[in-house]
Amino acid sequence: MADALPAHPRTIIDKIWDSHVITEQNGETLLYVDRHLLHDGSFHAFDGLKAEGRRVLRPAQALATPDHYVPTTGRRHGIPVADYRNLVEGLVANTAASGITHFGMDDPRQGIVHIVGPEQGFTQPGIVLVCGDSHTSTHGALGALAFGIGASEVKHVLATQSIWQRRPKTMRIAVEGRLPEGLGGKDVILAIIGQISAAGASGHAVEYCGPAIRALSMEGRLTVCNMSIEAGARAGLIAPDDTTFAYLAGRPYAPVGKAWDAALAHWRSLPTDAGATYDRSVTIDVSGLAPMVTWGTSPEDAAPIDGRVPDPSAIADAARRESKIRALEYMGLKPGTPLSEIEVDRVFIGSCTNGRIEDLRVAAAIARGRKARVPTLVVPGSGLVRQQAEAEGLDRIFADAGFEWREPGCSMCLGTNGDTIAAGMRAASTSNRNFEGRQGKGGRTHLMSPAMAAAAAVTGRFTDFRRLGPS
Amino acid sequence: MDKFETLTAVAVPLKVANCDTDRIIPARFLKTRRSEGFGRHLFCDVRYDASGAPRHDFPLNRPAYADAKILVADANFGCGSSREAAVYALHDAGFRAVIAPSFGDIFFNNCFKNGMLPIVLPAEEVAAIRAALTENPGTPLTIDLENQTVTRGNQVWSFAVDPQRKQCLLEGLDDINLTLQHRSAIDRFEAQYRAERAWVE
Ligand code: SF4
Repeated sequence: MADALPAHPRTIIDKIWDSHVITEQNGETLLYVDRHLLHDGSFHAFDGLKAEGRRVLRPAQALATPDHYVPTTGRRHGIPVADYRNLVEGLVANTAASGITHFGMDDPRQGIVHIVGPEQGFTQPGIVLVCGDSHTSTHGALGALAFGIGASEVKHVLATQSIWQRRPKTMRIAVEGRLPEGLGGKDVILAIIGQISAAGASGHAVEYCGPAIRALSMEGRLTVCNMSIEAGARAGLIAPDDTTFAYLAGRPYAPVGKAWDAALAHWRSLPTDAGATYDRSVTIDVSGLAPMVTWGTSPEDAAPIDGRVPDPSAIADAARRESKIRALEYMGLKPGTPLSEIEVDRVFIGSCTNGRIEDLRVAAAIARGRKARVPTLVVPGSGLVRQQAEAEGLDRIFADAGFEWREPGCSMCLGTNGDTIAAGMRAASTSNRNFEGRQGKGGRTHLMSPAMAAAAAVTGRFTDFRRLGPS
Repeated sequence: MDKFETLTAVAVPLKVANCDTDRIIPARFLKTRRSEGFGRHLFCDVRYDASGAPRHDFPLNRPAYADAKILVADANFGCGSSREAAVYALHDAGFRAVIAPSFGDIFFNNCFKNGMLPIVLPAEEVAAIRAALTENPGTPLTIDLENQTVTRGNQVWSFAVDPQRKQCLLEGLDDINLTLQHRSAIDRFEAQYRAERAWVE
């Protein structure tokens, strides 16, 4: 017998939203925040709190770890650059003074906030989670409503455990078909952004669904949700299912015993009701997808590896045409060039997009028995990812291939810790932004999956990893 | 926070779609403390050449726009990173309003927290304003928040703004104080929420 339809069918986004409304005023909602992540870039908020003489209201609902400014090598010697050291030590002092749990640089649980939250089970289905970082959308992979906020909002959340928000519009992105063997979350999200554009989900909270999403591992889902912000989305999430529950079980912050059973019953009630409607719906079929790489300076500039650098002169809209011409100038690329002929100077494997254990396994499988042609950095997303990789011997595979094995942090994704690429250099990166100067002033970034980045490392050019000869 | 009521000031056109916050302020300046000021880093990598000299083709460097307080930008302005320093940089360089067809969400929110008014107008209207400013560089626009209008000569455009945000800007209100007026509602919510979901804490 079919279940009766609820009287007012709701999306998972509506359900989480509705259950967190404290009050409404003038079209704005005061939303309760379950969990809050902090990092070494959160100092403006703490500075402001101090200046205003306010205290942290619910320290137990926050978790902090430094990621943007930590060195990824020689860590036991401390942080040589005073500015970075001050920020990392500032987080230690601020969290100690307010009673917030902090995983410091010498703690194996330290890492990129968006890796650490899910890994610790701090991120859970049905919660509202915020962080002063745009890639907070990552946490939606576990079925949380998670979004990035600015420093003033971080201050507000610290002081009140709540945040003023306008109700987002809802958008459904159905990913149909079966992803070809070896492709992953990165290919899916680059294909989506390529289709809907960098502003394609503006003002919307997105639910990703469909068979290709269901088939993804939790790591793959985290990668997809991570880049929601690159489509302009306020948040991106995936309804929790058995993959989610299996991932969460046994993690330090996950409930146990009776609490687990109660949580599970709630989590199972979260998926979108049959008959619920969204403000927008988009479908993409990934059956025939090839590994994706970007050629320009926006994540929307994505194309399959068997494609060519497009010719912007064919774009009808003048503003768009100009911006893509400028992008190619910046990237030093000519229209019509086969993507597989583009040579790289650097490879970066890591970041909150692709710095998880599964990503490192994929990269290691390609590195095994081969040699890097260009300097290649592998930066695990957390100390626990690093430990796991070492337990599996991945570090030795990387070392044998001439890939540098580093300590966890944001590293070359943004370069705020000094890991940058030089002007004019071309990098194959598993991170999430190919903006001008993102990895260092004048640097050129091409986004791709860990498999594609590792293949670029061992061939010195963009290469479909499926076409690599025997190692 | 600075109040925003009305503003009559030079407006500078910046026709760059998807102008991300990395471009507004590059990451290497993010370690700066608020008290040091961010104005000199605004658009740093596109505003100056490799030797540090101003690029004459960058609008903000043209003498006619030297005193600009309004930026008339393009679609998806301020997309990307959540860095509030993008707003600090504009603010510290003297800007108090940005007009664009659309904004990155987090940037948009951050503006209101710093006395900066982001105004959304239809793309054709923004393009028309940019074109007019380019033809007559240095001419002012007037923004009236109370009446929600942008005026140039005898042309008037109306914009929408959330009532609560409008109020905070008009009065220069700190929203934490506003929220704390709801403290008992927060406590009530929390008590019930925790009773229902003991596992979250
Ligand atoms: S890895 Fe990159 S995108 Fe992710 S939090 Fe760090 S700097 Fe931001």
